[in-house]
Amino acid sequence: MLLSELKEGQTGIIVRVGGNGALRRRVLEMGLTKGSEIYVEKYAPLKDPLELIIKGYHISLRVEEAANITVDKL
Amino acid sequence: MHKKSFTIALAGNPNSGKTTIFNNITGTRQKVGNWPGVTVEKKEGAVSKYGYDLKIIDLPGTYSLTPFSIEEIVARNFVLDESPDVVIDIIDSSNLERSLYLATQLRELDCKVLFALNMADVADSRGIKIDADKMSELLDVPVVFTIGNKNKGIDSLLKTAINLAESESKISQKRKVKYSKDIEGSISKLQSFIEERLEQNFPYNIRWTAIKLLENDEIVRERIRQKTGNISQEIFQEVETHRKRLLDRFDDDPEIVMTDERYGFIAGIIKEVLTTSIKQRIDTSRNVDFVLTNRFVGFPIFILFIWIMFQTTFAVGSYPMEWLGNGVNWLSAILETSLPDSLFKDLLLNGIIAGVGSVIIFLPNILILFFFIAIFEDTGYMSRAAFLMDKIMHLIGLHGKSFIPMLMGFGCSVPAIMATRTLESNKDRILTILITPFMSCSAKLPIYILLAGTFFSAKAGTVIFLIYIFGIILSIITGRLFRSTLFKGADAPFVMELPPYRVPMIKSLIIHMWDRSKMFLKKMGGIILVGSVIVWMLTAFPRNINYSMDYNEEINKINASFTEKQKKAAITKLKLAEKAEKAEKSFMGRIGKTIAPVFAPIGIDWRGSVALLTGFVAKEIVVSTFGILYATEETNEPDALKNALLSSEMTSLSALSLMVFVLLYLPCVATIATIRRETGSLKWTLFSIVYSTSLAWAAAFCIYQGGKILGLT
Repeated sequence: MLLSELKEGQTGIIVRVGGNGALRRRVLEMGLTKGSEIYVEKYAPLKDPLELIIKGYHISLRVEEAANITVDKL
Repeated sequence: MHKKSFTIALAGNPNSGKTTIFNNITGTRQKVGNWPGVTVEKKEGAVSKYGYDLKIIDLPGTYSLTPFSIEEIVARNFVLDESPDVVIDIIDSSNLERSLYLATQLRELDCKVLFALNMADVADSRGIKIDADKMSELLDVPVVFTIGNKNKGIDSLLKTAINLAESESKISQKRKVKYSKDIEGSISKLQSFIEERLEQNFPYNIRWTAIKLLENDEIVRERIRQKTGNISQEIFQEVETHRKRLLDRFDDDPEIVMTDERYGFIAGIIKEVLTTSIKQRIDTSRNVDFVLTNRFVGFPIFILFIWIMFQTTFAVGSYPMEWLGNGVNWLSAILETSLPDSLFKDLLLNGIIAGVGSVIIFLPNILILFFFIAIFEDTGYMSRAAFLMDKIMHLIGLHGKSFIPMLMGFGCSVPAIMATRTLESNKDRILTILITPFMSCSAKLPIYILLAGTFFSAKAGTVIFLIYIFGIILSIITGRLFRSTLFKGADAPFVMELPPYRVPMIKSLIIHMWDRSKMFLKKMGGIILVGSVIVWMLTAFPRNINYSMDYNEEINKINASFTEKQKKAAITKLKLAEKAEKAEKSFMGRIGKTIAPVFAPIGIDWRGSVALLTGFVAKEIVVSTFGILYATEETNEPDALKNALLSSEMTSLSALSLMVFVLLYLPCVATIATIRRETGSLKWTLFSIVYSTSLAWAAAFCIYQGGKILGLT
């Protein structure tokens, strides 16, 4: 399933990061690599963007960006 | 004996405490400027320690050295071209894994690196233990623990850096990232391919060059093209074969695979050096954030913070503003009485002091505003503001962080445009700069109050409110329009770290605030000075005006005939008439009359066009110009100007058109200077002037002519 389909408080394991070149590389460089555990901390009040915890730190992505990331729900 | 000097560069992720360490090392001996050609802040400091002269450079905070953003390009180019003696990588110990990504990239560059494990206390409190000796051994790099905000470990950091700079040893080639077999194969083949073909000394590490070429790094390719000339084609062909082979092998771009593998390498190191004790702890920052970005109270709290910021900036700031204003008046009063009448006195009083004085009084506002911005940034709230607002700003094609500068635009465009520095993407920054002047600044308010108050009396409040809304709507339209034409292409990704909340340090808040305010004083002072002198010259010349009557003689006549009381009123009236005629016949008045036909279709007469021209120095001046041209003195009779306007040819429709024009037309000279500085481009500055003025004319034309067709007056 897509990262953007996870609900608040759910955890997933990253399977694949898609999207265009620059975005994809930036996302990977921030540590969203294949096999990493990612936790959905919360969504912003207007439902976009969302806050995630990866490698022990907090990061935010827009929903459309999160929709490029495939995860396995834990 | 001459002291030895070393250059030390500080690299690190944003929020790693890099700036705090920089401030601790250099104290107030800092030089803040821009990196050449870009608007990324460059901070430099010089200190003498342990018998060495140390030049410390604070590189922009970046997450990697892949050249995507200007910050990353600036940081990497500095290390490549200026070859600092040592690069200190400041690492957030509580965020080791991600921080090591930049560290591995620095290791691959040919430079002497040293790691500072900063915020060691925070890591400790989170139950994170890092084995520094093991890490130093595994990566073959000196490692030092520091606590930047408590000034701990800084001395040993500098000592280690000096030792490293002094050491003869070659930069260690071992212990760098080792990639998988296929990639390593390609790297070494490419490496020897390049080595065989190179005659002269090649300035970069060959292994690093090979890696970057495999990653298809445009900037490195360009450099190779310049350095090697004809051979570059051969090299690029070889690179293409390798890239194709790797693409087939991994079914993915080599740069993606290599990023993955770097993290794999990092994971290996983490396993060796990091132990986390699993203890249940209260994460204060996380709890605070659950409130501040809460679904229900997040926005109200945000609005409250902004309200406090504005209230303090403009309400509290108005007191020192008044003192400064009194100071300026006092100075000009003293000069008025002590200097003999001369052209120079006129220039000093009406040109320089009036012009610069009208801008300097904003300094308290700017100091306060930047103090709040510094608090927002240093506590980590700024990224939450962006998190809250992004959805709305994204509709205009902007980043959440653009909200703060745009909001500040309602106060004053100068600090607002300077605040766009918090935006990472250059596209976002320029677009925000272009639309910020449409947020009606506080200096335009007196004009609205005069015109709306005169022509719309009871509905004045509503009209002014609608003018503000109109500005916002046009900024949205402009944003969308430019986003789909001039700034085409994908939006900057919103990949943003939300750092833990931190208690800000007063010292760094003050340094932050002062640096930016100093910039305002220095740069703006110069340009405003020139602008004020030009406008003064245009209004003060020519000196020998052919008056329609001899005012002095008229005054003498009055002196002889009238009673005391009548005399005073009659003389004042004559003096005002003289002033009005002088203004009318000055160069400024002539220019105003010459360009008046341009303003005719939007219902503005020559007086209006002169007033608008003088508004170029500062918008408040428009009101006083009207006062001069209609020969009224506001101080004597508050309603005199109103009555004069009502009895003139101006209608409520043309007043509305004038207000809309004021809202949109070219920004004041201080703002233009800021735009020039912050975009770093004359082209964008001119574009901003032309665009805003044509839009102003077009909008005013639609309103005036449309209104006329509809039969409104």
